[in-house]
Amino acid sequence: MAETQVKMPQMGESIFEGTVTKWLKKKGDKVQRDEPLFEISTDKIDTEIPSPASGVLQDILVKEGQTVQINTTVAIIGDGVAKPAEGKPETQEPPAQAKQPSRPSGPPPVAGPAPTTRGEKDEAEEAEHEHIRSSPLVRRIAKEHGIDLASLSGKGTGINGRVTKRDILSYIEQGAPAVPPPKPVEAPKEAPPAPPPMKFTGEVERVPMTAMRKAIAEHMVMSRRTSAHVTTLFEVDCSRILKAKEKQQAEFERSGVKLTVTPFFVQAAATALKRFPIVNSSLEGDTIVYKQAINIGIAVNLEWGLIVPVIKHAGEKNLFGLAKAINDLGERARNKKLTPEDVKDGTFTITNPGQYGGLIGTPIINQPQVAIMGMGGIKKRAVVIDDAIAIRPIIMLSLSFDHRVIDGATADQFMAEVQKELENWPV
Amino acid sequence: MSLTTYVEAIRQGIWEEMEKDERVFVLGEDVGIYGGAFKVTAGMLERFGEWRIIDTPISESGIVGAAIGAALMGMRPVAEMQFADFISCAFDQITNFAAKCRYRWGAGVPIVVRGPSGGGVHGGPFHSQNPEMYYVHTPGLKVVCPATAYDAKGLIKAAIRDPDPVIYFEHKFLYRRIKEELPSDDFVVPIGKAAIRRTGSDMTVVTYGAMVHAALEAAKELEREGIDLEILDLRSLLPFDKQAVLDSVRKTNKVILLHEDTRIGGFAGELAAIISEEAFEYLDGPIRRITAPDTPVPYSPPLEEFFLPKASDVVRVARELYAY
Repeated sequence: MAETQVKMPQMGESIFEGTVTKWLKKKGDKVQRDEPLFEISTDKIDTEIPSPASGVLQDILVKEGQTVQINTTVAIIGDGVAKPAEGKPETQEPPAQAKQPSRPSGPPPVAGPAPTTRGEKDEAEEAEHEHIRSSPLVRRIAKEHGIDLASLSGKGTGINGRVTKRDILSYIEQGAPAVPPPKPVEAPKEAPPAPPPMKFTGEVERVPMTAMRKAIAEHMVMSRRTSAHVTTLFEVDCSRILKAKEKQQAEFERSGVKLTVTPFFVQAAATALKRFPIVNSSLEGDTIVYKQAINIGIAVNLEWGLIVPVIKHAGEKNLFGLAKAINDLGERARNKKLTPEDVKDGTFTITNPGQYGGLIGTPIINQPQVAIMGMGGIKKRAVVIDDAIAIRPIIMLSLSFDHRVIDGATADQFMAEVQKELENWPV
Repeated sequence: MSLTTYVEAIRQGIWEEMEKDERVFVLGEDVGIYGGAFKVTAGMLERFGEWRIIDTPISESGIVGAAIGAALMGMRPVAEMQFADFISCAFDQITNFAAKCRYRWGAGVPIVVRGPSGGGVHGGPFHSQNPEMYYVHTPGLKVVCPATAYDAKGLIKAAIRDPDPVIYFEHKFLYRRIKEELPSDDFVVPIGKAAIRRTGSDMTVVTYGAMVHAALEAAKELEREGIDLEILDLRSLLPFDKQAVLDSVRKTNKVILLHEDTRIGGFAGELAAIISEEAFEYLDGPIRRITAPDTPVPYSPPLEEFFLPKASDVVRVARELYAY
């Protein structure tokens, strides 16, 4: 009787397609509304998508590994008494072996219909490409209440299923979930399994890039092509920040916040960015755009790629606020719960090439920013202080900067400021 | 107290202003001995004499030209067009002279040009038109279109007292069909202020003139279906009460623009543009227009019936818009 079409959601303004990376339910499984149903990967983020309705997963129309336009119907949820699907058994394939060739790579966010994957069955073509019909008023109300209109899919009572003022107001009255809809708390706490050994079926194995991989690849090459990269290296004595960390750790933990060294570096960078606004700028044609907000992106390594969630207004936060924000963003990045908002508007980035023991790396600038700071591993070293040899925890920091707008002297002054902040941390 | 018709309300308004202010006088075709084609000036010749109630030759251009001259010399003329259709003969006097005097040399032209407009009385193409938009398009003029007896009286008095040229379109279909009890005091209806004729929540009908009554009739029928119309009577088209329109649209989020005038270049188009510019994010459906089609007003009664917007059109469009 009642069937709900599950659509590929639009996860951000410029996103036109998404890849189903994993089905969390099998055909015939019972699902609850808001229960995670599948995982998707888009150019911007990877995330879990909750079920829009309760019922039985009647049909899966888009297989793992397949990329479809937003609003494409990817599955049907029925009421469980529905007729058995007619002779179209869906075999699920593990993503690693995805035989479905993904869409040929090209600049990702292109408007217009993306070419449908060749060799697909007809389902994808038959799938509706319909947008959710609403009105200017409904869109404004949705925006004001942080409602993703996709969550009203199928609920519109207007002509052609249009979502009307009455629909959205009654939806809000019934306690609409904000974007993204909250999901039942589940902790995917198992340790990430080591990547399975590659299974070869021939001399080589050809695996299409994921949407995220493609986006990273493109962004990296674009950055190299855009900026005149230069990297400067600094050594910083971490004695004081480690002492401060030790002192404050317990107190932070009582408030449920884990204190690492990262927030110290974020705060030092924010202080230096205030003094050297050019490092917090970007270049638009012949114009240097200075930004008042200091939004610092933190590169988070994920099993399946890399993402840079942004601490908004880092310049206005204290150490506790920064630590809390870093905890939250890192946690949500790993649980695929970031929203498009979380990865937007960064003005400077910090990355951590030393986390597996590397001395330091020379990062690539995260466009359109003009500088990125790398943190090496902290290691005790013998250093000479006042002609005496001392043992000190030392970190190497790198700053890759865009020489089009920042000269070496400015970059070094900036890093000297970061160093001064860290080495003189009040304990 | 007795009920006053729309046409009697206009007569009373002019009468009262003539009693109060000796600068006020009436000129037009058959306004004196005959008392006006629709009897708006009946009895005035006897009361005020032939110096103040002037029968003129059949020349609208001459009537308005003389009125402008008198106004510039300090008088307050009220010029009657026997049918509003014939105002086109005075188009140049009104639009090129009266409308521009204040702009060019600071001289106000306090004339009123009034006449019966509108269809529904089988008057044919020369006696049924709604020519308001020619004048709404002319900066320097004021244009009013009363829908009730109260407004007919209040607006003619306001028009006579106004320091600038006012074009006063009275709807001949309403002359003797609309009656109401009027207060006995000396009231005016301010030019440029709309009136809410019915408060509602589902959609707004913005209209004026005879169509106010079509909308009210439709609202009664729609009420039974649970569709709640708000009806906004503009009363004045130039200047018009933009704030009242926007306030109502922002409240109900849907709007029907209704007028008896033809479609292209009608007031509904202007309103639609303003609503779209200033209240777009409050719209829960398309802006709908109900107007006469773009043809002359037909003489044939069945064709005229088809031509004129009516309550059933409002009911149909309101249902569609409600479901949208």
